[in-house]
Amino acid sequence: MLALLAADQLPPVGPATGAASAAWVLVALPALGALVLFLGGTRTDRFGHVVGVATVLGSFVYGVVLFVQALALPGEERVRDLPLYEWFGSGSLSVEFGLRLDPLSLTFVLLITGVGSLIHIYSVGYMSHDEHRRKFFAMLNLFVASMLILVLGNGFLTLYLGWEGVGLASYLLIGFYVARPLAASAAKKAFLMNRVGDVGLALAIFILFQQLGTTQYTEVFARAGEMSTGTLTAVTLLLLLGACGKSGQFPLQAWLPDAMEGPTPVSALIHAATMVTAGVYLVARTHPLYDLAPTGQLAVTIVGAVTLLIGAIVGCAYDDIKKVLAYSTVSQIGYMMLAVGLGPIGYAAGLAHLLAHGFFKAGLFLGAGSVMHGMADETDMRRFGGLWRHLPITFGTFTLGYLALIGFPFLSGFYSKDAIIEASLGGSLTRGWLLGGAALLGAGLTAFYMTRLMLMTFFGAERWRELTPRRAPWDPQAESEARPQAPEAGHGTRSDQGSTPIGELDHSAPHGYHPHESPSVMTVPMILLAVGSAGAGAFLVIGERLGGWLEPAVGPVGEVSDAVIPTGLVPGIASVLMVLGAGIAYLSVGRKPVPVERPARVSWPVRAARADLYANAINEGLVARPGLWLSRALVYLDNRGVDGAVNGTAALLGGASGRARRTQTGFVRSYALTMLGGSLVLVAALLAVTLP
Amino acid sequence: MSPTNYLLLSAVLFAIGTVGVLVRRNAIVVFMCVELMLNAVNLSLVTFARLNGSLDGQVMAFFVMVVAAAEVVVGLSIIMSIFRARRTASVDDANLLKY
Repeated sequence: MLALLAADQLPPVGPATGAASAAWVLVALPALGALVLFLGGTRTDRFGHVVGVATVLGSFVYGVVLFVQALALPGEERVRDLPLYEWFGSGSLSVEFGLRLDPLSLTFVLLITGVGSLIHIYSVGYMSHDEHRRKFFAMLNLFVASMLILVLGNGFLTLYLGWEGVGLASYLLIGFYVARPLAASAAKKAFLMNRVGDVGLALAIFILFQQLGTTQYTEVFARAGEMSTGTLTAVTLLLLLGACGKSGQFPLQAWLPDAMEGPTPVSALIHAATMVTAGVYLVARTHPLYDLAPTGQLAVTIVGAVTLLIGAIVGCAYDDIKKVLAYSTVSQIGYMMLAVGLGPIGYAAGLAHLLAHGFFKAGLFLGAGSVMHGMADETDMRRFGGLWRHLPITFGTFTLGYLALIGFPFLSGFYSKDAIIEASLGGSLTRGWLLGGAALLGAGLTAFYMTRLMLMTFFGAERWRELTPRRAPWDPQAESEARPQAPEAGHGTRSDQGSTPIGELDHSAPHGYHPHESPSVMTVPMILLAVGSAGAGAFLVIGERLGGWLEPAVGPVGEVSDAVIPTGLVPGIASVLMVLGAGIAYLSVGRKPVPVERPARVSWPVRAARADLYANAINEGLVARPGLWLSRALVYLDNRGVDGAVNGTAALLGGASGRARRTQTGFVRSYALTMLGGSLVLVAALLAVTLP
Repeated sequence: MSPTNYLLLSAVLFAIGTVGVLVRRNAIVVFMCVELMLNAVNLSLVTFARLNGSLDGQVMAFFVMVVAAAEVVVGLSIIMSIFRARRTASVDDANLLKY
């Protein structure tokens, strides 16, 4: 009945039948894997990685089956609900645990399980020397299961369950190297900053329940019009706060670069390809609310535009290969937020960029991991250089990802980013210039920082030849090398493996860097992702293939109206800016030798960018310190004020009774005298009352 | 004889008993003084009964005597046990129960 009510603007929601009736298997498989690996403990150490890979791969295969089944259905029957059971009920509240199978969620399922499978396979090689590999796979499986609950849930509470689940998995995985203080504090920071966003999401759900009495998508979206514009604006802004926390958007972007303390496959899967796009998913999923609240949409676009510039600017200044990629992620998700904030014209563009980004950013991170694998876990690009000769496969896949990211013509980023830029140019004059200008400027900056990264890592002089690897004392490998029996353990150490003598310099450096290509269990996923990054954009955007597929879930793609620059010119302008950015990067790091020590005397923009545009300082000054002062004042008030009143009363009573006690002398005769006195007073009083 | 004389005698007896309770140390003497106070009250009760022509006061005096007899039994046994424990019957020495 509710579906009928909504029939005018939303597609009807049908039951899930056929292969889709067991869609819970999608979630159950990785959840089961996590359960087995967590509870099995060290007994599952030997085959833990096989369980981890198999469950996610199984989910992927099943996801493909569901996808094919959905493709065979006519468009209006593609939105399906699969109620599983009543999760909990109380009074008028009944929360159903069910799955929503529609083009939007299936798209995410394919991305999560597809990229997830590749990264699981890659991790088998990357983590092969880590004694906690089984635990790692358990956490990765937990993450995949939570993320699938997040995107498949058919109500806000199910979404919230997944939302918190991925937050937990992200926390565990960032802090995976438990012995590193930096990793522990980065995990804590990510968890705390995510909490800020989660509060926003929770409040939005509370308001929706208070207004509509339900949290299921179908009913909330059908009855969204019943809420006042003010309420809708509040809900959308709170949802945006949640999205900002999870997606590392301004002003909650500071945790994402620190999250790079986790193992590199985690950075690739969680902090680039999937979890951080949950905010984009949230806005796209709740589009019926955003479409009714223009202020909320405007806020989303502003957050997106500001974030994409912040990420791009800071990315230009870092020397840590993973941090540059992290800031690039912040920036690219800014693009996606900008797109989904634009309303119907942007949903498909934003999601196309999300998918394309999932491929090329995962590929870039895996490439960075492969470089680290070959370079004794070094991440400082100033210590790299000329690696293309030593890591040919990594270089090839990385280059494809790089070209896709900067929007090289006819690769993924070219189509998906241009679609966003075109969409952002619409609207009023100021709005078009500001948003479109930010998007174009971001494209130029992206080309600059990525070209700088490429040149410093793969080209130029081989600066690492003069250096010895820095190995931190926490490195488990350093310990295993210290133990005499470790070399006989069968694995060999990471830097020994596959190192081939190159040139005549090698004999002199038994302790130097030995860059070497990674094993094929790592390179094959990279190659597959590189193929995806090259072709995904063209496949999804040309002919509006993704737009048509997503139409039942997010509505038809609108036309860009009143663009401030003719949309036909956008690919040209973006390409010119890209060449310009790449050229400037070539002039600044490609032609000149790169100093190994990072220059201390730099201009103020570089200083600001190196300090994350003072994001941490602002957080510290605006939130952390006032919070500290407030808590100190409260502690003082508590100790002196509240405790003072309580203790003071007690002391007063104690002192008074100590004095009163002295009258109990123990002399019977004095008691008798007191009694006599009291009786006399009593008699006198009686007489005074009765006699007159 | 005027009833006033009985009441005066009763007041004098009561005053003697009161002073005795307050100033004497020996528990037996204090006890005897308490009996004196009780009997002073009995005397005035009987006098008032005679004055009013009703038996209420006399009945109450009997009650007081019965209670006093019971009190003597309990009180004397307490004094006996205190004396056995402390070899003294002075009320000032039994001052353990204090602040």
